[in-house]
Amino acid sequence: MSIEILAPGLLTTVQDGGRLGYAAIGVGAGGAMDGVALRLANILVGNVDNAAALEITLRGPRLRFRDDSLIAITGADIDARSDALQVPTWRPVWMRAGAELAVGNIRSGARCYLAVAGGIDVPMVLGSRSVDVNTRVGGRPLVAGDILPATPTAFPVPASSAFVAAKWSLDPAPWFDHDCAQPLALTPGTHFSDLDDGAHAALFNTAFRISADSNRVGYRLEGTPLRLRKPLELVSAGIVPGTIQLPPNGAPIVLMAEAPTTGGYPRIAHVIATDLPRLAQHKPGDSLRFTQVSLGAAQKRYLEREQALARIANTVSERLHDPL
Amino acid sequence: MTIEPLGDTALLIRLGERIDSDLNARALAIAEALRAAALPGVSNVAPSYASVCLRYDPAAWTNSRDAQAPYDGIAARVAEIATKASGGTTGITLPPVEIPVCYGAEYGPDLAEVARLSGLPENEVMARHGAAEYRVAMLGFAPGFPYLLGLDFALHTPRRAHPRTRVPAGSVAIGGAQTGIYPRELPGGWQIIGRTPLGLFDAAREPPALLTPGQRVRFRAIDAGEFEQLLR
Repeated sequence: MSIEILAPGLLTTVQDGGRLGYAAIGVGAGGAMDGVALRLANILVGNVDNAAALEITLRGPRLRFRDDSLIAITGADIDARSDALQVPTWRPVWMRAGAELAVGNIRSGARCYLAVAGGIDVPMVLGSRSVDVNTRVGGRPLVAGDILPATPTAFPVPASSAFVAAKWSLDPAPWFDHDCAQPLALTPGTHFSDLDDGAHAALFNTAFRISADSNRVGYRLEGTPLRLRKPLELVSAGIVPGTIQLPPNGAPIVLMAEAPTTGGYPRIAHVIATDLPRLAQHKPGDSLRFTQVSLGAAQKRYLEREQALARIANTVSERLHDPL
Repeated sequence: MTIEPLGDTALLIRLGERIDSDLNARALAIAEALRAAALPGVSNVAPSYASVCLRYDPAAWTNSRDAQAPYDGIAARVAEIATKASGGTTGITLPPVEIPVCYGAEYGPDLAEVARLSGLPENEVMARHGAAEYRVAMLGFAPGFPYLLGLDFALHTPRRAHPRTRVPAGSVAIGGAQTGIYPRELPGGWQIIGRTPLGLFDAAREPPALLTPGQRVRFRAIDAGEFEQLLR
């Protein structure tokens, strides 16, 4: 009743919907960077959508399924193979006991998610199975030899192949932006109006590049330095994933899943919740642009997304009754 | 008091922009009242020096009868609760925690610098740091990292020009008007004056953080022998 890690890949971690409720003691939420891809992978295997799955970064792991297992891969576009055959993504796939899965390099995007029916059953720490890579709350990234407890699922057809994939799949288009071409939407932050005119223009009219020292905590952006009209004296206050802080060097930092719970730099803007998963599919060296939306428009998009995900969950759960 | 969006899934109640015992007491009281109110869709309520951060699920604040954004609904409700709580004081009545600290030498490599900048002898810095009663204003920066109110004015010391890449776990440090304790090895720019052998954070322990916002703290000076003994 388990999955064996033969090779870990670049950075493969167990992630779920995050560690909520501990901000007051300085523990951030963490969880999947592309939270929507995680939810869709879970939906495809019949799990609750915030169940623990594998987050695979840039170069994937090699795994062996010790039991018959139902899996699904979503998120970034990757090359996954079993027995030299391509394993299709964005759909349920039944892996036969003993089958190996080699997840190769990501072709576009930065992170993909591999969900297993029943969820990955590592111990909960503070209400979550997520690994916070930076603070090490919840464990550590996977290494070769790790055994992940998981629930076996009956293999649906007798066959000689290592896996059987459903003939239907989800359309990734609404959820995964291949070329990262769409600008990311921002709502203004507390100190947005403290930016000088040049900074306002640069924020929305120029491109930024994601610097090499970006990770699950935050993305540092290189581009035209942003300046304030005058320096601000601030005391530390709450920040959340999506918050864009502006340190004195003028290079903005977008806080990501492992954002600390407090920060003392000006909060110039926030990437909206529906665009954070898209930002999570950018990698160091990628460039991006911003556009401004109202809070009302951002929350409307959020509600529409939740409705769309609920519709998909309903459709998929019906199909899983007669899976192939 | 202002209530403002912190992106589209959180909001911030701001009371001011300074480190001040009264503002912090109000923030703690508001956070407590908001937690007690158990508003729908709220996953986190966290006080800071002079503000409270609240995370919420906008889907829990939709109202089909009117067109207002989820933020408007929750902000109005939060304003009512915060206004009522803001005048009061926190009901937190936890016993004070005593934290043993070994000051100076390898445990507090910046004690001499703090002494120089304050114009006080090292033993006077230790005595003043140890004499005050502190209150935990907030936890942040890292899991279990407490920011303490009550630092003697004479000990306010600028941060180091060159931050350290590794500050040992347990380091008791001063950054400007702030004093705090590093729960684990972290990078940091504060002046390190001592170290405690106590564990400030352990996710496997209940409660995981040694200190909580509002709690009173006292330091007790110990020598290197007691430090090593307590560490075991």
